Amino acid sequence: MNLTSNIQSYSINFHDNVTIISANQINIFYSGKLVVENFNLQVPKNKITALIGPSGCGKSSVIRSFNRMNDIIPGFSLEGEIIYKGKNIYSSREDPVRIRRQIGMVFQKPNPFPKSIYENVAFGARINKYQGDLDELVESSLIQAALWDEVKDKLKESAYALSGGQQQRLCIARAIAVSPDILLMDEPASALDPVATLKIEELMQELKEKYTIIVVTHNMQQASRVSDFTAFMSLDREKIEDRIGVLVEFDETTKLFTNPKLKETEDYITGRFG
Amino acid sequence: MEAEKIISIDTKHYKENISRRNRAEKIFNVILLLSVLFALLMLTVLIIDIAVEGFAWVRPELFENYHSRKPENAGMKSAIAGSIIVILLTGLFSFPVGVGAAIYLEEYAPKNRLTDFINLNINNLAGVPSIVYGMLGLVVFGRMFGIFSNNSWFVNLFNIPIESGATGGWKFFLFDIPWLEIHLPFGRSMVAGALTMSLLILPVVIIASREAIRAVPPSIREGGYALGTTKWHVTRTLVLPIAFPGILTGMILSLSRAIGETAPLIIMGAFTYVPFLPRSVWDRFTVIPIQIYNWITLPQAEYRVHLAAAGILVLLVILFLMNGIAIYLRKKFEIKW
Repeated sequence: MNLTSNIQSYSINFHDNVTIISANQINIFYSGKLVVENFNLQVPKNKITALIGPSGCGKSSVIRSFNRMNDIIPGFSLEGEIIYKGKNIYSSREDPVRIRRQIGMVFQKPNPFPKSIYENVAFGARINKYQGDLDELVESSLIQAALWDEVKDKLKESAYALSGGQQQRLCIARAIAVSPDILLMDEPASALDPVATLKIEELMQELKEKYTIIVVTHNMQQASRVSDFTAFMSLDREKIEDRIGVLVEFDETTKLFTNPKLKETEDYITGRFG
Repeated sequence: MEAEKIISIDTKHYKENISRRNRAEKIFNVILLLSVLFALLMLTVLIIDIAVEGFAWVRPELFENYHSRKPENAGMKSAIAGSIIVILLTGLFSFPVGVGAAIYLEEYAPKNRLTDFINLNINNLAGVPSIVYGMLGLVVFGRMFGIFSNNSWFVNLFNIPIESGATGGWKFFLFDIPWLEIHLPFGRSMVAGALTMSLLILPVVIIASREAIRAVPPSIREGGYALGTTKWHVTRTLVLPIAFPGILTGMILSLSRAIGETAPLIIMGAFTYVPFLPRSVWDRFTVIPIQIYNWITLPQAEYRVHLAAAGILVLLVILFLMNGIAIYLRKKFEIKW
């Protein structure tokens, strides 16, 4: 493993944070081409961890590796381990279907199914054979996603009758209805207006009581507002032509934004590049 | 930036020539309109001509009688029944196979040379002349390579009853109820004809179904997978319902093509006098286009002109009905985004 740069040459004091999932020296390849190299991250439980960095540095590739969503992309391969509950989720014994139930995902563009609001939320519960009262589950998921009051009278209506921000909260309700441990959010507010964005950010604060959240964002203000920890990714400067994403710095958000250890991080968060 | 390459951009350097461009626009518009009108005009002429010749001959006897030596008594009852049953069977055979193949190729097939080869050849198959399918069907379904001829070792070994036609057959019982009856070889039966028609339309069914499946946004599939579901579940509950109107349209348009096909069924032995309604799907049959062809070959004007035209009218009405059903079902199952 090539570790010539100063990347990962320091360690973070996690204080009393419990790690729920950790990436250990992962390399991500698409059709044999290395896109993310030697990525290490220990994600603290019940915290919001933000992944920031310039376009094309592999943030989405990394977050999609945490629940094996990349498996559906032809040519994807991964080296290294992602440890969740003491097991490597990439081991051949682990079933991606089960992992995705435990590690949910919310996408950049709201993608409700062309079904009713109710059926959207109930979708995952039905296939995973939810044993309780489905109506209660739908209600409670929508309440947790701060959407219930807006949709309680039109549960049978199409999800596409909702606004973009409501659709995204519906997608969050859909994700939490299958009772995941971790919620991955890939730029969940980038397609939304500022008011809807604010609602999503407030919602994330409430959700971290129950779930661990990993969020990819382009918006540094958003990262500094919502997250507890921030990982800054960038392209490896020594092999800039190869466009390989690496983790540059990972720290508590307040420290990373006020007192970054590396010049590269400082340049990025102060807007001098990226 | 190379400063010497920057020129001053001024409006006087443009010759907009708006009026000339607008004229070209108008001319092009007229040309396009004319091509539409030409196609419509030809169709109208054809329909009017046929209606004039044949409308008076669309009378009860056409639906109640079989072919007769007297034109005033002649009808095409057996051909209408044959067409309808063959098309229903064709739909029954080609829908699961075609949609299954499309799902496999779109959702499951690995991207490799074999898949590319299959893709290329499905498109090629769609262009194969229908008579070639007729010959294939005759050998494979009609005669079954002669395996099931009398006294062949295979038939003797398994003691298979071989009888083509509506009688006899190899019956399978479940709780004393004969639930399946197979006649070997398929011979000149409707099953053989429908299987051949299925081969003929399968490439188009597969291509249309694939288009419909491909039109389902990938984000919907991702949303499904992210909830802990298998590929089959995502396909069944999300992809297929969204793709269904498109699949159905392709299916019915393919069947509309099949109902007008003549050549393969002539080879399969449907060019024959059938003075009875089919007793089962294993019976001999004929279809409307063959009946029309049959009448056209006769010397008397009543057959050649009037009855043939009446037959075409019936065929056209069935075609329009099928297309109408396609549009209705499309609207009914269409998902509002």
